[in-house]
Amino acid sequence: MDTQAWLLLVAYLVALLLLAWPLGRWLVNVAEGRLPRWLAPVRKAEQVLYRVAGIDPAAGISWRPYAVALLAFNLLGTIAVYVLQRLQGVLPLNPQGMVAISPDSAFNTAISFVTNTNWQGYVGEATMSYLTQMLALTVQNFFSAATGIVVVIALVRGFAARSTASIGNFWVDVTRVTLYVLLPLSMLFAAYLVSQGVIQNFSQYKDVQTLEVTAFQQPRIGPDGQPSKDAKGDPVMEDAKTDKQTLAMGPVASQEAIKMLGTNGGGFFNANSAHPYENPTAATNFAQMLSIFLIPAALVFMFGRMVGDPRQGWAVLTAMTAIFVICVIAVTMQEQQGNPLISALGVDQGISATQPGGNMEGKEARFGIAASGLFAAITTAASCGAVNGMHDSFTPLGGMVPLVLMQLGEVVFGGVGTGLYSMLIFAILAVFIAGLMIGRTPEYLGKKIETFEMKMTSIAILVTPILVLAGAAVAVLADAGRAGIANPGAHGFSEILYAFTSAGNNNGSAFAGLSANSPFYNTMLAIVMWFGRFAVIVPVLAIAGSLAAKKRMAVTAGTLPTHGPLFVGLLIGTVLLVGLLNYVPALALGPVVEHLVLWAPK
Amino acid sequence: MMTTANTFSLFDPALLRPAITSAFAKLDPRVQWRNPVMFVVYTGSIITTILWVQALSGQGEAAQSFILAISLWLWFTVLFANFAEAMAEGRSKAQASSLRGMKRKLVAKALDRPHHDAPWHPQAADELRKGALVLVEAGDVIPLDGEVVEGVASVDESAITGESAPVIRESGGDFASVTGGTRVLSDWLVVRINVNPGESFLDRMIAMVEGARRQKTPNEIALTILLVALTIVFLVVTVTLLPFSIFSVEAAALGTPVTVTALIALLVCLIPTTIGALLSAIGVAGMSRMMAANVIATSGRAVEAAGDVDVLLLDKTGTITLGNRQAAAFIPARMVTEQALADAAQFASMADETPEGRSITVLAKQKFNLRERDLSSQKTTFLAFTAQTRVSGVDIESADGAVRQLRKGAGDAIGKHVESLGGTFPADVQAAADAVARKGSTPLVVSDGARILGVVELKDIVKGGIKDRFAELRRMGIKTVMITGDNRLTAAAIAAEAGVDDFLAEATPEAKLKLIRDYQAEGRLVAMTGDGTNDAPALAQADVAVAMNTGTQAAKEAGNMVDLDSNPTKLLEIVETGKQLLMTRGSLTTFSIANDVSKYFAIIPAMFVSTYPQLGALNVMALASPSSAILSAVIFNAIIIVFLIPLALKGVKYRAVGAAVLLRRNVVIYGIGGLIVPFIGIKAIDLLLSAAHLV
Repeated sequence: MDTQAWLLLVAYLVALLLLAWPLGRWLVNVAEGRLPRWLAPVRKAEQVLYRVAGIDPAAGISWRPYAVALLAFNLLGTIAVYVLQRLQGVLPLNPQGMVAISPDSAFNTAISFVTNTNWQGYVGEATMSYLTQMLALTVQNFFSAATGIVVVIALVRGFAARSTASIGNFWVDVTRVTLYVLLPLSMLFAAYLVSQGVIQNFSQYKDVQTLEVTAFQQPRIGPDGQPSKDAKGDPVMEDAKTDKQTLAMGPVASQEAIKMLGTNGGGFFNANSAHPYENPTAATNFAQMLSIFLIPAALVFMFGRMVGDPRQGWAVLTAMTAIFVICVIAVTMQEQQGNPLISALGVDQGISATQPGGNMEGKEARFGIAASGLFAAITTAASCGAVNGMHDSFTPLGGMVPLVLMQLGEVVFGGVGTGLYSMLIFAILAVFIAGLMIGRTPEYLGKKIETFEMKMTSIAILVTPILVLAGAAVAVLADAGRAGIANPGAHGFSEILYAFTSAGNNNGSAFAGLSANSPFYNTMLAIVMWFGRFAVIVPVLAIAGSLAAKKRMAVTAGTLPTHGPLFVGLLIGTVLLVGLLNYVPALALGPVVEHLVLWAPK
Repeated sequence: MMTTANTFSLFDPALLRPAITSAFAKLDPRVQWRNPVMFVVYTGSIITTILWVQALSGQGEAAQSFILAISLWLWFTVLFANFAEAMAEGRSKAQASSLRGMKRKLVAKALDRPHHDAPWHPQAADELRKGALVLVEAGDVIPLDGEVVEGVASVDESAITGESAPVIRESGGDFASVTGGTRVLSDWLVVRINVNPGESFLDRMIAMVEGARRQKTPNEIALTILLVALTIVFLVVTVTLLPFSIFSVEAAALGTPVTVTALIALLVCLIPTTIGALLSAIGVAGMSRMMAANVIATSGRAVEAAGDVDVLLLDKTGTITLGNRQAAAFIPARMVTEQALADAAQFASMADETPEGRSITVLAKQKFNLRERDLSSQKTTFLAFTAQTRVSGVDIESADGAVRQLRKGAGDAIGKHVESLGGTFPADVQAAADAVARKGSTPLVVSDGARILGVVELKDIVKGGIKDRFAELRRMGIKTVMITGDNRLTAAAIAAEAGVDDFLAEATPEAKLKLIRDYQAEGRLVAMTGDGTNDAPALAQADVAVAMNTGTQAAKEAGNMVDLDSNPTKLLEIVETGKQLLMTRGSLTTFSIANDVSKYFAIIPAMFVSTYPQLGALNVMALASPSSAILSAVIFNAIIIVFLIPLALKGVKYRAVGAAVLLRRNVVIYGIGGLIVPFIGIKAIDLLLSAAHLV
């Protein structure tokens, strides 16, 4: 890693801490309903909402009704997004005259946005009307983020509570998180993005004449809508030429802001944050990276304060940061090392004053390797999935880092809410084993970890690897699954593994190269996304409810300390061992083999 | 006898042979089904055996010798696990069978009335019911647990406690409780039976050690859930590896897909077989260790809870101090000579057979050569100490009919007594009493009629070494609270001398109960020992309650453990045993999971090297061949179980250090050790296999 990459990483972490800490304090106020007086008008409006909906905001509910409300809310969201996509042809704000989305793609996209995955099988600028982008997708960007945050608030309440049945009120939590956290932050961030050149309009797409005629190759699309392949399984390419370029327009900034802040990651355009209208400058790139980790990091501070011991928050944050930094270093080093096949072509990949060097394939020249590598680590550490470079074009091990970060269960900062609650699940597991090792019934933050918690923890930890591995296994067996692979060999396997990892962990980033907009992948991935989200949330809420009902044990010298370096190390060890061991064989057949083949002495 | 069970060496041949037989008997699928992790190995063994038979017919997926080797070692893995469990059970069974030896058919001498002289008739012991009265004479065995209603006798309780010296059992007081199966050596006892046959101590002990009632403890269940979850996820990992392998073979157009045998080998290596195999042995061994410490727990849950205790309530007398307080000084009131005080005190203690009373007599004799006097010339009435009056003494009627009332007792009780007679409590006596109390001794005030003569200092002797024990507990994070009936000043002084963290003075049963509830409300787990009936409510409330075997039946019923040695400091050992039990499980789980890393390095390259030769780079151990690599990992996985049986039976060593230090130690040994050891072990096995040309 060169100096510039180090400086970028340090500057990033410092800026993140400075912003997340005050936001953490604000989140405590929101979660505990202690809002300042100057918000009184908004609070009145909030009360009106509850009255209209017939909700008693003071009534706390136990975990079961909380989970039912959450599922119902998200189910309704899925239906709304599906219907809007199917009807967009007859709805307003559609200057390009986009037609209805196919049922399987609409189904996939609906679940994708509701589950905060934002896996995009579609091409935004070529299929979605402005209304769909705004009313279906952006709205879910808010609600799915709010859903994640309220789950972690409920879990933290479970830790903080003493013998109560209630873990809060879902409707109140969702309303407050949206109203007092997501909306104001998004408005601020969108205004900043517009100031930097991100577009925000309802105009028609603009055709512009390019200065030179561009010749390029594109895969030939067969009659089945999939890329045609020759006898060897390689895609058939055809030549094309153009001197015209169509510039897609749209209300981008308003969607971009929540896409990052809510760790959604679904780009307005297909190129996502590599597109200059989404992410025009190095400054917006830095701000976007910050906005991904902002709420996840702030939630950790909130956790420490709400359980009454900020050191607990710092411990979790330290564990997250340690894994994150190691991954950033790994991906940056791999990318800066370059690609021996490109070197063999006589290309200079050395780092010098005049060029960033390394493997620049699939990266924006505006950002270079350091900012692309860091972005890749951030977007996959958090379950964001926005990209400013093509992960598919990373070196094998460079591309494995994002894959691994997702496979750890999105616990390194992670998605808004999901990151912290998944990390706390690992913490429960770590204290369980550690607690036994010191000869006591395990307890975390004064709450005994007993049979019920272990049952739910096991489910939460089991679900994702099973979905990912079983999904990938079905895909490599089925003809429909293998049809989407553009690259042969181990890389083709990596692409499938990446797709299911991304869906199962609700990340949404993709190894391009897999043609996933087929009924097979749309359906498979939608199922994986749905269960990857809610089959974890429900056990987490169950743990929240069970913990809330317990009394808090007193801390003595015999209590396992969960704020020191030893626990941080143990937590990291648990995340790596339990999170990663399941994927080792699959990784060995994908990126590891690719790496060994690439660098094998010829 | 219990102590003989204690002295079984780890692999005693007497235990080894039945354990080996039992290991094979446990191959019954109904037995295997109960341990989900080992059931997976069991199923794998059956499948590989079928694959081997198929290979014999020439259509095998791999060389039949390789499949046979894997299959055999998988069977060994199952057998080793069975063996570990059988070893632990064998030790318990040996304890149980020697206990059962005492449960011969007994004929009891049943009485109609609670009198030694009442006529008796023979009745079979198993026909006796609660409330029955029996006579036990020298040489007889006490038929069932009960309470002495008449008589004094020496009893050999070595069968239960392992203590060879006979103990005295007598009616009334602390030594009235007798245990079925023990033998009266001299004299006779009339015993009221207070259990029904089958509920006696002996029965409970036998049931406990036999494990017939051994249910999984809460922590064990939680751990099993985790182990099952890991097993399921690794099952998915290995099952999906087959399609991945088929796909890779097609993509690389090289090599052959992975064999089912190799997949089963990988699965067995990955699932936590080490802890899965030893889990039940650890539990049985934990109970066994409790028995060896002469403690009977009513449930495994209680043993586990002992490890969590963070407050210990200890009775001052007998636990912190030696049972007996000794008279140390006479402090006379003004205008009273020391000798007059000594004389009155001795007179008042004449009929007091308590050690304190006797020590007063002895001190008076030593100091002033006051002899026990002839009482027959005077008409004397002795007043025994009662909890209501808290005063004892003597009324002496002289020839002229005047009655001299000599009393001794607690300051306030004597104060009330003299005030009722029109006297006052002099300030100097109060000051002397306070001074004595401040020193940690007990002031006993002596009065003659309405006049107070002075104070006798009864000194408490704190047991040697107890302070270090408490310091140790503090390092473990356990708070010690001394319970005493003494006043605050006395209690504070003794508490300081003994080094306890806190004390409860002037304790009444209600105050004890409240103290326990308060600690529990704070979120602490409370342990206490007790023997008296008045301890029963507190024992019932405490999370871990150890009743003394000499204690009353009510105390024993209320507690969840009984200490046969009636040694109140035993609580410390109980806590340690509880902790050891959990630590052994946690450490072996960590070890088991950490092992997976090296097994991946052994098996993954071996499985896929035919498809991707470059994966050979991951063969960091440089294992001889793919089949040798897989076989070595499986063999290591099997024999590590045998190597860890002693650890499972003896338990991980517990040291009284803070949680953080303990954790660091165990993480280094079992976590880091678990990462490194299999690399060495697998390599060593591989070297042996290739040196012997077995692969």
